[in-house]
Amino acid sequence: MVTLEHYLVLSALLFSLGMVGVMFRRNLIVILMSLELMLNAVNLSFVAFSRYLGSIEGQIFVLFVMVVAAAEVAVGLAIAVAVFRQRGTINVNDISLLKW
Amino acid sequence: MIPVPEVNLGGVLPALIISVAGLLAMLLGLFVRKGASTVGAVIGLVGVLLALMANAPLRLMNTPAFSGMIALDTYTWFFNLLILASVGLTILISMKYLVDMGLDLYEYFAILLFAAVGMMFMVSGIHLLVIFVGLETLSIAVYVLTGVLPRSAKSSEASLKYLLLGAFSSGLFLYGAALLFGATGSLSLAGLAKYFQSGSVSLMALVGMGLLLVGFSFKVAAVPFHMWTPDVYDGAPSPITGFMSVGVKAAAFAAFLRVFFECFGSAQVTWSHILWVLAALTMILGNLAAIVQTNIKRMLAYSSIAHAGYILVGMVAGKEGGAAGILYYLLAYIFTNLGAFAVVTIVGRKGEANVNIDDYRGLAKAHPALALVMSIFLFSLAGIPPTAGFVGKFTIFSAAINSGYIWLVIIGVLTSAASVFYYFRVVMKMYMEAPEVEPEKLLFSPSMTLALTLTVMVVLYIGIFPTTYLNLATESVKTLF
Repeated sequence: MVTLEHYLVLSALLFSLGMVGVMFRRNLIVILMSLELMLNAVNLSFVAFSRYLGSIEGQIFVLFVMVVAAAEVAVGLAIAVAVFRQRGTINVNDISLLKW
Repeated sequence: MIPVPEVNLGGVLPALIISVAGLLAMLLGLFVRKGASTVGAVIGLVGVLLALMANAPLRLMNTPAFSGMIALDTYTWFFNLLILASVGLTILISMKYLVDMGLDLYEYFAILLFAAVGMMFMVSGIHLLVIFVGLETLSIAVYVLTGVLPRSAKSSEASLKYLLLGAFSSGLFLYGAALLFGATGSLSLAGLAKYFQSGSVSLMALVGMGLLLVGFSFKVAAVPFHMWTPDVYDGAPSPITGFMSVGVKAAAFAAFLRVFFECFGSAQVTWSHILWVLAALTMILGNLAAIVQTNIKRMLAYSSIAHAGYILVGMVAGKEGGAAGILYYLLAYIFTNLGAFAVVTIVGRKGEANVNIDDYRGLAKAHPALALVMSIFLFSLAGIPPTAGFVGKFTIFSAAINSGYIWLVIIGVLTSAASVFYYFRVVMKMYMEAPEVEPEKLLFSPSMTLALTLTVMVVLYIGIFPTTYLNLATESVKTLF
């Protein structure tokens, strides 16, 4: 029997994986993928809660999150292309003109 | 038959006007060959003026609209006013900037207007969905604006950093929303408030509230979630830096306040301890790091972090006094900081070549009026009477004393005394020192002069006659309690 807890644990695991990816991976594309993973982990929680509580609100939220995630990735990739054209690299360690 | 909920477009008219203006700017830009950015700017300015008029009726309203998704009340009215003012001034400042940089970008103004729409929905939202969508609309637009300079490696790097950290923080915000939804079964602020008032608050709801707090702290640049601020403010085009430091901050604080006072008001004891620490850290680190900066944009970035700290003091103080103090403070801060960034834009010249504090040497001799105006803005940022910044700091600190947070006020006063040092260093450079080489001539334009005149007049006027505006702020926060 798959219960709410299973979904929540899976979602928390995926979210943490995404967070770790954003913090420790150095390739820009992989970081963007990790960000997507975080958002989709949240979506999983929303859908699971929505089903559990019998309220449609969570599922509507998921649709909006998907739209926002798509917009964010579109802009993110565009910026990645711009950075790559200027420097020929998408390794975030090499992108460090600005430092305090 | 599906029942159609009542739709009253009148309430969101300001946001509608701004969206239409943004779309028009985008469309007309396709047909105009040369000077497309001027067309965009004019459409934007007309849109802002119309939206200001459409915004006026909101002041007397106090009703939820769109099935409890947004609130039309005095609070929304006040923040719409702030957002429209900051967008209008940013357009005025940018017109000359784009001409100087040789960029004919009509998209610039369209995206700026879309950012404003996001802000307006964010401040009026009383449902986490609307707040989230507004937050993202504004963030994505600002990511693009940050990287708008096509050949500047700094600009695209700043935009990349902003995007990565911004998206990360929205992820945390969303997870918080999901946990709150699971714990309370509701996403509207009213539903959340009911749950928190019921007394038995589950751990999941508290974690959700904490994640929302982290998400908002990222957006308002509170320490320790401020790492992106100096880099992004440094790399972005100067007018956009000004816009980010006021518009984004005001909108984020508006939603922060609404969510935390309206629905977590009964759990204030829990979160005000966390905010106490955040406020103290933000004031200390922001002011200390600003002292060692040599680049004026980075200095103003750290100063804007410090100002977020003062505003957080108002949140810790809570009650009507603290909230009203925050609204007045934001009003003063918007005009002061935009004015300061207008001066930074002028002095920066083409390609932002002169953004070091040393470039301000001898400015008083070459351009006495400009140096005077800049000094007034810096005095206001430092909180010296008779400027608006002084009244803002005074109201927030006295609200905090009334609520019994003496130590926080002591930290605030000490750090703002330290801040006088770095603000005055710029004034000293302008008045006391001579430049090593004769710099290029500064270029003025009517729009820029208008922006500077407006900001400096407002900063002095609301600083000398603050009563009306303090009353307005108090009236605007009534709906939160």
